Amino acid sequence: MLKGGRSLERQVSLRSGARVQEALERLGHQVIAIDVGADIVQRLNADRPEIAFVALHGRDGEDGTVQELLEVMGIPYTGSGVSACIRAADKVLAKHAMRDRGIPTPDFFAFNETAFRALGAAQALPAIEERLDFPIVVKPASQGSALGIKFARTPADVPAALIAAFSYDRKVLLERYVHGRELAVSILEAAGEAVALPIVEALPEEEDFYDFESRYEIGRTRFVCPAELEEPLAMRANEIALDTYRLLGCAGFARVDLMLAHDSDELFVLETNTIPGLTETSLLPQAADAAGIGFDRLIARILAAVPAPARI
Amino acid sequence: MSPRTGDASPGRGGPIRRPRSAARDIERYAALFAERTKVMKSSAMRDLMALTEREDVISLAGGLPDTSTFPPDSYAALMRTVAGNSCARALQYGPTEGLSVVKRCIAEVMRAEDMDVDTDAILVTTGGQQVIDLVCKTLLDPGDVVVTEAPTYPGAIPTFCSYQADVVQVTMDRDGMLTQELDETLDELERTGRRPKFIYTVPNHHNPAGVTMSLERRHELVRIAGERELLVLEDNPYGLLRYEGEPLPTLYSLDNDFVIYAGTFSKILSPGVRLGWTVAPSPILHKMQIGKQGSDLCSSSISQYFVSAYFDAGPWEDYVHSLLEIYRRRRDVMLDALAEQFPREAEWTHPEGGLFIWATMPDYIDTTDLLARALEERVAFVPGRAAYVDGRGGSAMRLNFSGVGEDEIREGIRRIGEVVREQVAMYSTLTGALPSVSGHAQASERPSDGAGSDPGREESGRELAKVLRLPAKRKRAG
Repeated sequence: MLKGGRSLERQVSLRSGARVQEALERLGHQVIAIDVGADIVQRLNADRPEIAFVALHGRDGEDGTVQELLEVMGIPYTGSGVSACIRAADKVLAKHAMRDRGIPTPDFFAFNETAFRALGAAQALPAIEERLDFPIVVKPASQGSALGIKFARTPADVPAALIAAFSYDRKVLLERYVHGRELAVSILEAAGEAVALPIVEALPEEEDFYDFESRYEIGRTRFVCPAELEEPLAMRANEIALDTYRLLGCAGFARVDLMLAHDSDELFVLETNTIPGLTETSLLPQAADAAGIGFDRLIARILAAVPAPARI
Repeated sequence: MSPRTGDASPGRGGPIRRPRSAARDIERYAALFAERTKVMKSSAMRDLMALTEREDVISLAGGLPDTSTFPPDSYAALMRTVAGNSCARALQYGPTEGLSVVKRCIAEVMRAEDMDVDTDAILVTTGGQQVIDLVCKTLLDPGDVVVTEAPTYPGAIPTFCSYQADVVQVTMDRDGMLTQELDETLDELERTGRRPKFIYTVPNHHNPAGVTMSLERRHELVRIAGERELLVLEDNPYGLLRYEGEPLPTLYSLDNDFVIYAGTFSKILSPGVRLGWTVAPSPILHKMQIGKQGSDLCSSSISQYFVSAYFDAGPWEDYVHSLLEIYRRRRDVMLDALAEQFPREAEWTHPEGGLFIWATMPDYIDTTDLLARALEERVAFVPGRAAYVDGRGGSAMRLNFSGVGEDEIREGIRRIGEVVREQVAMYSTLTGALPSVSGHAQASERPSDGAGSDPGREESGRELAKVLRLPAKRKRAG
């Protein structure tokens, strides 16, 4: 069981890891918990596990790095493979893939630091602002914690928002803000088939639509599962989420975050998490629970979805 | 690992436990939580701070004294003395108010800061932190107002919040809390029928601001408190850690009718002994003592005998003097490194003592985000927001110079300076401005900040404008 690591979501991963470990032990497995650091290859070589349960979030664990190492070492592992992790972790790659495939995602522009430093991309900002309209969401391309996500309400806010996003990644994106409801569709595989679990809706505690930041702060948000949605809308959300899951080539489980626009009932995919949180308050366990799948069964299902070693 | 990966029945092969259900569990416990637990700080910030403890990170984020300077032999000898002279008593409960052997030491420490106290007026506590807790426990009803400095000691905020206090912060400058603003704030509170109970202040070598309250402001503060019959909680952990200038009288020595004094052995001996104390007007002290009884009956007897043995073993001031030498050098190294490595857009305080420097970046730099970038470079600080209850402090940072050696301070500041300069350069690229004119004075005057009718926009402008700004002092110490 791989947990911790050096990403900004280390704490979340440690909490996920602790819960997964308990569940694995209850399921009768012998578990070696490894806090992922510089000695990871050495540890894995020494312990030679039959399966690696990857309970890492963010950089290294969710972006394909650890998965690549596990491939090299021939150790089967839970969840998505290297290429799906790379595609999902990079929001820019994922959004381009979605747009090309016709999966709805908010309009966006993305640049790396060099574009601003060497190519004067700043001069294109007014055109971008006009295209996207205010407020604009500015975020680092790499997926991860809510840190670094800023809402620029005026042109004057954009430079500081970009600088904040560049604190987390060399590549950032400016995205059209979708005013609406936040939905999370968790996906779990059963017998080789991806199935959408009941939808979780995140509701900010304070009903102030101008307080964007509160939505991204745990403790100021409450979750409803299953989300109160008309059946056709829920089905459409599931369909879009499953399309995204397949498009990116995810495996085992994942969570797709969507926005449901207030004014049009249109759905937009924001991002896909290949290793969503598995803590007490995380959305995937809540969704599984609502489907009658307890935590231990959820963990067992994630393990069962790992391809047999012979096929690797 | 067992091949039975598809087996979904919980409990098989392992100890039998009740199956858990995430959502239902949360619901079940949530219904039992007290209202006050709902006041939670951002977990993102907490998770980020946890990373600053990584071994490969130079942490300027801590508030730690350097306990490696205490000779292990002395520690062993003191413990032998405790074992030889007071073994059974050291292992026993003690009186709630504290052992007289340690109160004698406390009186001695207070005398070193020109305060004469009767040992009966002292309540020994479990660190200075417990004084804050007991004062809140004694004085606060939910919704009562606590007035603090802006910024304030980050560790006091969770305490205030857990008593559901309404924290109101008064701006500081290099002379400490602005007493005129305090007066106006108290007037305003009175007009709106909100009830302030006490003013919390760290007058000497403030944590995190690194400034010391001037004598004039001290007089003003006790006058205001006396006239309005409000209490002042004077938290003085750093008074004896002065590296330059003349000591100023404590608030307690100016007025003991409305001042509750908090002291600690943490910075002059060891935070590990967890011993602090308070001196307060007797009716308040009495209530605090009852409060302490409910919290922990008494502070550690082992620690109290240890401290007593330490004071008997020789002049306690010697160790403080050795610390002064070390910390003064570290402060100077940090000030020099700041002058060398930080861009001209940044400003910072010049502390005459204590453990912290407060640095303010241009408005467009968010130090919480900057910390994520700094951690990449394996260096950490405390983002300024941690010292405010209202989201201010976004461009500031607290830097500690006592916890790590001189080389690490130099290298740590170099790394932070590099990421700050990187962001300043990016800002000028994005705005087309030259770095020298992109400082926060200009930034805060941008018409878009705080202007307009959009409530969200107005809020962000106010935040920026209120951030503590202290003029940079680049004069090298010495």
